[in-house]
Amino acid sequence: MSRPAPRFKGGGFVAPALLWTLAFFVVPFLVMGAMSIATLEGRTLVWGLSLANYIELTEKAYLWRAIMVSLEITLTVTVVSVVLAYPLAWIIAFRIPQRWQRLALLLAILPFWTSYVVRSYAWLLVLAREGVVNQTLMTLGLISEPVTLANTRFATVTGFVHFFVMLLTLTIYANLVQLSPNYRRAAMDLGASAFQTFRHVILPLTLPGIVTGAFLTFVLCIGDYVTPQILGGNTELTVPQVIMVQLGRRADFPLASALAIVLMAIVTLVYILSARWLRLDRI
Amino acid sequence: MMRFLPWVYLIIAFVFIYLPVASLVLFSFQDGGLPVPPFEGPSLRWYADILSDGDVMAALGNSLLVAAGSAALACALGFLAAYGLARHVLPGSALIRGLLIAPLTVSYLIVGLGLLIVIQRTGLGLSLMTAGIGHVVINLPLCFAIIYASMGAQQRNAERAARDLGADEFRVITLVTIPMLAPAIAAAFFLSVTLSWDEFIISFLLTRFDVTLPVEIWSMLRSGLSPRLNAIGSLVFLVSVTAVLILEIFVFRKNRS
Repeated sequence: MSRPAPRFKGGGFVAPALLWTLAFFVVPFLVMGAMSIATLEGRTLVWGLSLANYIELTEKAYLWRAIMVSLEITLTVTVVSVVLAYPLAWIIAFRIPQRWQRLALLLAILPFWTSYVVRSYAWLLVLAREGVVNQTLMTLGLISEPVTLANTRFATVTGFVHFFVMLLTLTIYANLVQLSPNYRRAAMDLGASAFQTFRHVILPLTLPGIVTGAFLTFVLCIGDYVTPQILGGNTELTVPQVIMVQLGRRADFPLASALAIVLMAIVTLVYILSARWLRLDRI
Repeated sequence: MMRFLPWVYLIIAFVFIYLPVASLVLFSFQDGGLPVPPFEGPSLRWYADILSDGDVMAALGNSLLVAAGSAALACALGFLAAYGLARHVLPGSALIRGLLIAPLTVSYLIVGLGLLIVIQRTGLGLSLMTAGIGHVVINLPLCFAIIYASMGAQQRNAERAARDLGADEFRVITLVTIPMLAPAIAAAFFLSVTLSWDEFIISFLLTRFDVTLPVEIWSMLRSGLSPRLNAIGSLVFLVSVTAVLILEIFVFRKNRS
């Protein structure tokens, strides 16, 4: 038996993972791409090169609406989450004594590990008509009738923000503690106010971390089915919800695939727009 | 006033973060039929109820099986790939790394949809196995990234020393590399377990008769708020938190010292 050339020696180690990724990720993805340009005639699938599904996206109002709803919700969630998470990460990094920081961070992200489906359900518990918020407000006499909170976009956004505040707190915190305190000290010595220091020194330095976290938020939020389905109800559908409807009710795999491709295209576009700050290649 | 502002913010943030979890756990001990205020309790009847529910327990077992199996396989594949890429010069290694990481950037729904289409085309049936295959796809990039990141020069020197002393490749890996990388491998394994065991959408798309716990919970959700769901949710939370704490105490703490 001859020894393989040294430069290919590592190939045997990499091959299993590579084959797995090719067989169960790349190939399915390509098949899905091919499926998105196939058509459904009655119940039979016709492979081909047709843009019918994509044209349908622009022509059918409810499909186009779903794309817009997804984008609106995702952008709202991303912005609100960053705005809420930054001060929290800041306080944990700079206001809490060193020895308690890790505990505070752990506590801030512990509910992150509640089951995905259960987390949305737990918010339903809080926001439902007879739920915790309404009952509390009524007991306090602040309202006399329950307020509609569940099955609205507000509920979907709240559920998402809850999840992503934890994620962003983690990424922004990691960024903040890496900053050398010398930067702040230098800025202060040069006469900058606390706000000026933040605006011109800290914020630019932490921007890569914010963008990375915001990108993750965007990707995970726009592709999620569970939270809008449980909390948003069926008043307005997001793209993942429409995909699931196509699969479940109509078995329209071509249209579902086309929607999935659109979802991926949006994510790719956002990646390109934010690539300057993203350091995903460093993983 | 300004001095207290950070603490006020911190408290509000923690209330927001813990409100749903606290409601979930509190009302799982509710004696009444609906998990809403006012609290009538305390009672363990809903825990007794779900622990004696065959479907729920079967789903729990399935979840643990799929999670442990897919995490172990993802770790093994990820470790081998990391070792191969870190220790050998391969043509196109940047491309290979990119390919291995790629599933991370795609939503789980799309991973599941792609696999579902292929499985349907090839006529293979849906089962726990197919869900497990999907979970390996999403966990492999994480396992690979974590283990690859912790392969340093220190291990390389130890490996070289072992080789000089006559150890063959298999012995180098099992007696030197794996023990030295144990914290990273354990971290990758536990992270994969926690991700896989409550993963919903892939399991939902790729299982049929034997379902995992999140899928079972999903079907119970159709009947609206129920203290049984609170009890299951609290148990799921307990398991995940335990895994995270094990990770924190035994893996990361050891790592730091």
